[in-house]
Amino acid sequence: MPPSHSAPGRTAARVMLQIALLLALACLPWFAEKYYVQFVARILIMGILAMSLDLLLGYTGLVSFGHAAFYGVAAYSLAMLTPAYQAAWFWTSFPLAVLGAAAAGLAIGFFVVRTHGIYFIMVTLAFAQMLFFLFHDTRIAGGNDGIYIDVRPDTTILGWKPFDLERYDQVYLLVLVLFALVWMFLRILLRSRFGHVLVGIRVNEHRMRSLGFETFRYKLACFTIAAALAGIAGYLSALQFGVVNPEFMGWHQSAAVMMMVILGGMGTLIGPVLGASAWMLLELGFQSLPVAGSIDLGKHWQLWMGAFIVLTALLLPSGLLGAWSALWRRLHHQTPALDADDPVAKP
Amino acid sequence: MKGATILGKDRAPVLATQGLTRHFGGLTAVNDVSIELMMGTIHAVIGPNGAGKSTLMNLLSGDLFPSAGHIHLEGDAITHCTPPQRSLRGLGRSYQKTNVFLPLTVFENARLAAQSRAGSSLRFFRPVLHEATINERAQLAIDAAGLGARSDRVVATLSHGEQRQVEIAMALATAPRVLLLDEPLAGMGAEESSAIVQLLARLRESHAILLVEHDMDAVFSLADTLTVMVNGTVLESGPPAFIRSSAAVQAAYLGGDENMHA
Repeated sequence: MPPSHSAPGRTAARVMLQIALLLALACLPWFAEKYYVQFVARILIMGILAMSLDLLLGYTGLVSFGHAAFYGVAAYSLAMLTPAYQAAWFWTSFPLAVLGAAAAGLAIGFFVVRTHGIYFIMVTLAFAQMLFFLFHDTRIAGGNDGIYIDVRPDTTILGWKPFDLERYDQVYLLVLVLFALVWMFLRILLRSRFGHVLVGIRVNEHRMRSLGFETFRYKLACFTIAAALAGIAGYLSALQFGVVNPEFMGWHQSAAVMMMVILGGMGTLIGPVLGASAWMLLELGFQSLPVAGSIDLGKHWQLWMGAFIVLTALLLPSGLLGAWSALWRRLHHQTPALDADDPVAKP
Repeated sequence: MKGATILGKDRAPVLATQGLTRHFGGLTAVNDVSIELMMGTIHAVIGPNGAGKSTLMNLLSGDLFPSAGHIHLEGDAITHCTPPQRSLRGLGRSYQKTNVFLPLTVFENARLAAQSRAGSSLRFFRPVLHEATINERAQLAIDAAGLGARSDRVVATLSHGEQRQVEIAMALATAPRVLLLDEPLAGMGAEESSAIVQLLARLRESHAILLVEHDMDAVFSLADTLTVMVNGTVLESGPPAFIRSSAAVQAAYLGGDENMHA
């Protein structure tokens, strides 16, 4: 986007708002109970996972139905790097887990990004299910029951402990910092040459090739980066829950992240985060529904969730964010137009 | 003029095909086509619908691979090169059916094209906005294609003719030596059309242009060489005057076409 488009005042205001939001979130542990702090941490972790999937789904047009595989690989990496009744070292286990997810992304991506459309969906799902059954049916890491992380990773460097991961509030702050870093990383990435190539591939891959871009290379790099970012989410999840099981990489998990991205709004960064928040809040809300007569409404929360997804898909085809922009335009009497300010906003 | 040395310049063809053939099942869409394209000239390929002109274009750009025959670009065999490889070797192409990035602006379309010439795009941190060379090259291509005033418009909101100009701007932004233009004037108004004709006349000096076009006025005013294709085969090839007077061409194709004589 040429400079003439972005009003510097508006951009500055947006950045200030983001910083203010982050600071407000950072204060949460001082006035919220443990349960809610951990709940927001889970939302942020799902936000990282959803943003990483949106890099594939919304920006590059790669509909990956196996994204939880990389989330699971990193989670299992932490579990397997943690010795029994002892702590892993954060400064090695974290990079190794993320690298493990990236390596899995590179290896699987090498095969899957050659395919297109429905075949891409199928092979990503197939690879993820292969990993799922690898952990489910063998005794590699506790099999079906999963594996416990008895002691949280230790962060001591030369006798100095910058933060204590046995404390839920410090885990929360670590999650928040990594969330902010992933957000910033993606913002920068999407404005770079690479980010523009990704959008070009989504819009018209054939034309990108005839312009001289070997799109395979870029799609593979994108798939690997998305896997690494999903790995960050997986590591944090394992760290917070203290247990990892095959469900981490199951297709339910892949589908849930995909719904978060679609629910929030594809092709934006804030969309997936909104979607993850809405998803988690709805899950919580529906699960705590009361017993009405002979029916336990809360027990059947998945039914209400399903109904909600159907309604959203019918009524808000461009997600919560799309609905919000439409409302905003109506309130400000702006004509709906293609957003020239942000080419990636329109999938 | 083929193969001869004129004014001491090397007159080896920039792009040449030998016996290029493509079958689709039982249909031979392009049959034993050998053409040569010289630097600084416009070579037009004409023929009725279904003559195999677009298939020929696709074979040259790598969108299709030939069943038989060879393609050489500046002396190198490129028969088995992929479209990106051919593009990077200096082959630029515009498409008959508009093939651009509709949700992006004119500038962003041209910038993606220009970006392909600026080394690897596996660069993750520097904003494209600050890549002066890429942005300048994109702007030059847009101005050359006559879209200067439309730079910030989303391509989907442009007229069909303007979208054709975006095609040309994108081809130019890749700084090709050979331009394959598939009906660049299709759907354009008279004014836009004559602007493009003038542009092509200017581009001729530093490019080798293969032009597939139905507008016979434009073809005969621009082309240095004409190749007439019918049913996938070359019927006749030569300078415009020769084609105009060719009995075979008259009989097969141009006979009933009044535009031809305009």
